[in-house]
Amino acid sequence: MIGRRGGTGTTLGVGERRIGKISLGLLAWVVGLVWIFPVAWTVLTSFKTEQDASAQTLSHGLSFERYHEVSSSTEGTLSLATALSNSVFVVLLSTAIVMLLAIPAAYALAIRAVPKWRDVLFFFISTKFLPVVASIFPIYVYAEKWNLIGTRTILVVLYTAMNLPLAVWMTRSFFMEVPRELIEAAEIDGTKLINQLRSVILPIAAPGIAATALLCIIFAWNEYFYAIQLNFASGSTMPQWVIGNVDTRGNFLAKLSAASVIACLPVVVAGWLAQKRMIRGLSMGAIK
Amino acid sequence: MTAADTTPKGKVGDPFSSPWRRRLPLLPALIFLILVTQLPFLVSIYYSLTNLKDKTQSLIPEPTRFVGLENYRTLLSNSFFRDAMWTSVKMTVFSVLLSLFFGTAFAMLLDRKFLGQGLVRTLLITPFLIMPVVAALIWKQQMFSSLFGLLNKALEFFGLDSVAFISDHPLASIVTVLVWQWTPFMMLIMLAGLQSQPSDILEAANVDGATSFGIFRQLTIPHLRRYLELGAGSIYIIQAFDAIDQMTGGAPGSKNVPYFVYQESIGGGFRYGSASAYAIVVVIASIVIATFALRVLSGLLKDEERA
Repeated sequence: MIGRRGGTGTTLGVGERRIGKISLGLLAWVVGLVWIFPVAWTVLTSFKTEQDASAQTLSHGLSFERYHEVSSSTEGTLSLATALSNSVFVVLLSTAIVMLLAIPAAYALAIRAVPKWRDVLFFFISTKFLPVVASIFPIYVYAEKWNLIGTRTILVVLYTAMNLPLAVWMTRSFFMEVPRELIEAAEIDGTKLINQLRSVILPIAAPGIAATALLCIIFAWNEYFYAIQLNFASGSTMPQWVIGNVDTRGNFLAKLSAASVIACLPVVVAGWLAQKRMIRGLSMGAIK
Repeated sequence: MTAADTTPKGKVGDPFSSPWRRRLPLLPALIFLILVTQLPFLVSIYYSLTNLKDKTQSLIPEPTRFVGLENYRTLLSNSFFRDAMWTSVKMTVFSVLLSLFFGTAFAMLLDRKFLGQGLVRTLLITPFLIMPVVAALIWKQQMFSSLFGLLNKALEFFGLDSVAFISDHPLASIVTVLVWQWTPFMMLIMLAGLQSQPSDILEAANVDGATSFGIFRQLTIPHLRRYLELGAGSIYIIQAFDAIDQMTGGAPGSKNVPYFVYQESIGGGFRYGSASAYAIVVVIASIVIATFALRVLSGLLKDEERA
């Protein structure tokens, strides 16, 4: 089930250019609609009744009923309010720490580069080459020993480690775009490092830093493996709340869809608003 | 920091002269990563040489002792592990190549003016923003399911037999979801690549009467090569765990090595010792691939330095 590639023109005659252009535009639309279809269908399902959802029909009308059902908590299950506050706490705190660590590191790699900066950058990236399974048992064993299982603390620590390499890499490349003359001028003026960062570098690199932070937020918000392994108790986050709506008995499709929409909406909207910046950020400005 | 301190060559003899001042901002991030990723890895290597098990999970707890390379000897003869290795290779290669292919194609479609260009781009990037767990559930319940799935409804409509997608084609089902989610990511990278093409050169080629196919082959492809490599490098952030866990629960044919190791340990087996040995083998395999990837990266950085 992957996009259809029409046979529209690869060899365009001069006269056919207009038609070719229009049909390529149409093809882009088709591709876009195919890709969004599962999401759009889920949004539609979230407004249906359970009977309609299971039968994939629409005869009982649409309503916000399912949203009301999933957001009102049942005794003894993970409530939306708990999961949401845990997620917001873990995601914002870990992203803040990531940026606090990444910005000085990126400074030392880009603007006043340390000797052998390339090796250091490699080290940062290479921690991503290490599969999660290679370090999870010791983390699990020690988290248990130190009573960190089921706390938000352990997730903050792990999400920081998960996003830090990417953040260093991206922030560094945005710092590379700051004109050298500006930095040199500030250095001659004897401006302190912290003031250099604040008055010269950060204003220029701000859009890039925002894109970096947003990517960290997306990855942390959506993270499931650590969350389910180390945090099944009161510290549960949004992904766990969503799968809590899968029911082995009875119809649950409409409710699950409503829960999915609630869980994804914040990050999806943020991503939509920042998409242009993300394009630049993902290319990592490094290759200019 | 005074002006005197910022001279490139620091005073000799003073340990906190320029070179260390320069390294200082780097240290918090470095130390944090070493503590959270490298140290546990070393402990994993130690575990892999023992018979460590979770004591609360077994009826007759065995004392932990050093077993040397015993774990490594047994893992090579484990056919489930070999299956998982093979599944890992197929899953990774298919999902990366397909999402790179579609990502590039879509980026080229979007890199031209047409009505609603921004809207189509927004539609296309959405799957990347969706929680992977939700993506897996959407596809499992809404598309593939034999009970409610739209794909089977469509087959039924055309008078065809229904297909049990997830149980009969577990690998293809998971790859489909991964490709659906990661194509937008690749598309974003390739779009950045296309948009960074120097427009004066393209115009010059146009004026000289180059065909659009000629421009594509001679100018665009070489320019995009580095972006393609960058996209391939994201192998390391594509996680299949969520999709496997939600869609098949590791049914035969869809269990990759990380999921296998997970089941052997915290996912139910609780044999940390032998599971660590499996994990170390995964690391060795990754290092082999990573050496290759690093070479590509270092090529990129060298080019940048020259520029």
